[in-house]
Amino acid sequence: MLAALIAFGLLASVIGIALGVAAVRFRVEGNPLVEQIDAILPQTQCGQCSYPGCRPYAEAIAAGEADINQCPPGGEDGVVALAELLGREPKPLNPENGEAQEAPLVAWIDEDRCIGCTLCIQACPVDAILGANKQMHTILASECTGCKLCLPPCPVDCIEMHEVTPTPRNWTWPEPGRSREAA
Amino acid sequence: MFGRAKAGFPGGLALPGHKLYGEAGRTRAAPLPDELVFPLGQHVGQAATPVVQVGDRVRRGDLLAAAEGFVSAAIHASTSGEIRAIEERPIPHASGLSALCIVLAADGEDRGREAPLWTPQADWQDLPREELLACIRQAGIVGLGGAAFPAAVKLNPKDTAHVGTLILNGAECEPYISCDGAAMLEDAPAIVAGARLLAYLIRAREVQIAIEDHNPSALEAMRAAAKDSGDRAVKVVPVPSRYPQGGERQLIQTLTGREVPSEGLPIDIGIVVHNVATAAAIWRAVTAAEPLTERIVTVTGSGVRAPANLRVRIGTPIRTLIEACGGYSEAGVQRLLLGGPMMGVALADDALPIVKGSNCILVGGSEDLAPPVEPMPCIRCGDCVSVCPAGLLPQQLYWHARAKEFDKTQTLNLFDCIECGCCAQVCPSDIPLVQYYRYAKTEIRLAEQEKIKADQARARHEFRQQRLEREKREKEEARRRKREQLAAKQAAQKAKAEAEAAAASADNPAPAGAKEPAQAEQTPPAVAAAQARARRQQAAARDEDQS
Repeated sequence: MLAALIAFGLLASVIGIALGVAAVRFRVEGNPLVEQIDAILPQTQCGQCSYPGCRPYAEAIAAGEADINQCPPGGEDGVVALAELLGREPKPLNPENGEAQEAPLVAWIDEDRCIGCTLCIQACPVDAILGANKQMHTILASECTGCKLCLPPCPVDCIEMHEVTPTPRNWTWPEPGRSREAA
Repeated sequence: MFGRAKAGFPGGLALPGHKLYGEAGRTRAAPLPDELVFPLGQHVGQAATPVVQVGDRVRRGDLLAAAEGFVSAAIHASTSGEIRAIEERPIPHASGLSALCIVLAADGEDRGREAPLWTPQADWQDLPREELLACIRQAGIVGLGGAAFPAAVKLNPKDTAHVGTLILNGAECEPYISCDGAAMLEDAPAIVAGARLLAYLIRAREVQIAIEDHNPSALEAMRAAAKDSGDRAVKVVPVPSRYPQGGERQLIQTLTGREVPSEGLPIDIGIVVHNVATAAAIWRAVTAAEPLTERIVTVTGSGVRAPANLRVRIGTPIRTLIEACGGYSEAGVQRLLLGGPMMGVALADDALPIVKGSNCILVGGSEDLAPPVEPMPCIRCGDCVSVCPAGLLPQQLYWHARAKEFDKTQTLNLFDCIECGCCAQVCPSDIPLVQYYRYAKTEIRLAEQEKIKADQARARHEFRQQRLEREKREKEEARRRKREQLAAKQAAQKAKAEAEAAAASADNPAPAGAKEPAQAEQTPPAVAAAQARARRQQAAARDEDQS
């Protein structure tokens, strides 16, 4: 009886110490789910989901505060990927957050009309606009995510969104049979 | 006789040749067109950068666009004339899209350069590898078998220590294509000399020149040239005519019995493969300082009157070649293909230019190409599996590609598919299997690019957030410091004023001053400070008077 008590007592204390050490040493910083959700989001940082960027939205989804269908740039594919990750049913995009964009967009500044006010530079979430006070501004097309956040602040409406045209380098073969199904 | 065991690779097909071999394959020069078009991105890698301007006069061999970046190739004028434009033009690419091209208006005189662009090196054996590689790079030579990969890059492996074998690929396995056969028939000495030069460059111990056994005239010519060279390391090896024997991986398997690792390169197993025509072009680039401005193109198919192998200046429109072959035949043209019937891509029209990688123009009439048919459902017969030369599972790949389960296609080694088309050829349901694989491959690549872009955007956004945070903190810090400084200054002034006030009352026990302490107690600090200042000035004035 005593031997059993001692043995279990020892066992309990050893396991307890081991668990305690493991809890400190292998501590997970932050919620790993947020990282996984953030990896699926398109990183346009457009704020259409009503959160200030992709990561805050990921945090809100992880915390159960936001639904998975609030990201128009991610489109239906993004919703499906999120549903798969979280083990939920996919649902159509919430129209309140805007409509999915078919082709990727890139901003373009009409440099003749730009007055160099820097307002768009302050609005750009990824620092993709180059310019200085009273100097003409220009878009770094390779960095632009097409979020349209630079459009509202422009006082002279000199920014336009253009569709990204495919080049032979990023062109993709069409899905076979698709045109026939559509017809 | 040409059984599977001998071909060395699994699967494959015995296809009718339709080749211009022997005397029928002898080349003639294609006429010079009025206008030549040079797409800047006609090779694998970065597009070349134009070094000429509109209106410039150039001669044959002049540099039009320089190689930009490590994997790139220079482009040279293939005849003399004037640069008419540098603009977007449709290019011979599966997408049918336009890209930046240099347009040269030929003057018809076809004058060459007076001095070569670099020094011809007859004694190449005495030169360091770097100089030879520089010649090849300057000449803008790319793989002429169709892939158009810059040759200088392929000849410059990180480590040549383990390179054992150089294989020259003369196995033109795809039906209709016979440009390499023509090159071997007419340029055999240059090919063998080029092979020896390449072997020297990559320090290969042996050279195998592989030729299909259905092409005896090329075999004979190459054997004679190899014998004349006196180099015993150069061997001409007949290989079974079985499609896709000319695939790099399949050829290696036939010749050495070894397999290139999945998603690896031949160099990983100590083998370098070049096309026979590339070897000849490299030979001429080094010993005659000739840039790549011409190649042999097979113009064939029942849609053209007189099929032939033509020596074509790079940039010539396809229409000129078809006219040189008697024009379109009455049989009618169903499709214009760049390449052969198995792997070729359909072209929109015949105004497109010949580029360095264009090996064949197949003017497909009803005799050559099966009319497009409506695909039927897959019946899982497994015929595609038995013909796949890469040993893949085409039907599984098809199901997953169709369902857009691209991760599953990747676990089934989609990227080891060489798009040879054997599976689609034997499919009883006429499913365009290769189209599905091409679709899946480009979608996967696009997703990878988008992932990289999203990661960049995330990093930029996070950096921006950090920067804004830091700026905010710094601003607050500065404001706080300023506030503290102001408070300290005020406190100091107050303390000083009080001290001075106290001192003044002690120093001037004048009758008027007797009341002062009481006054000072009542007056607010600012007034006290003003009074103290006035007193100080008075005292100073007194001091001056005294001195």
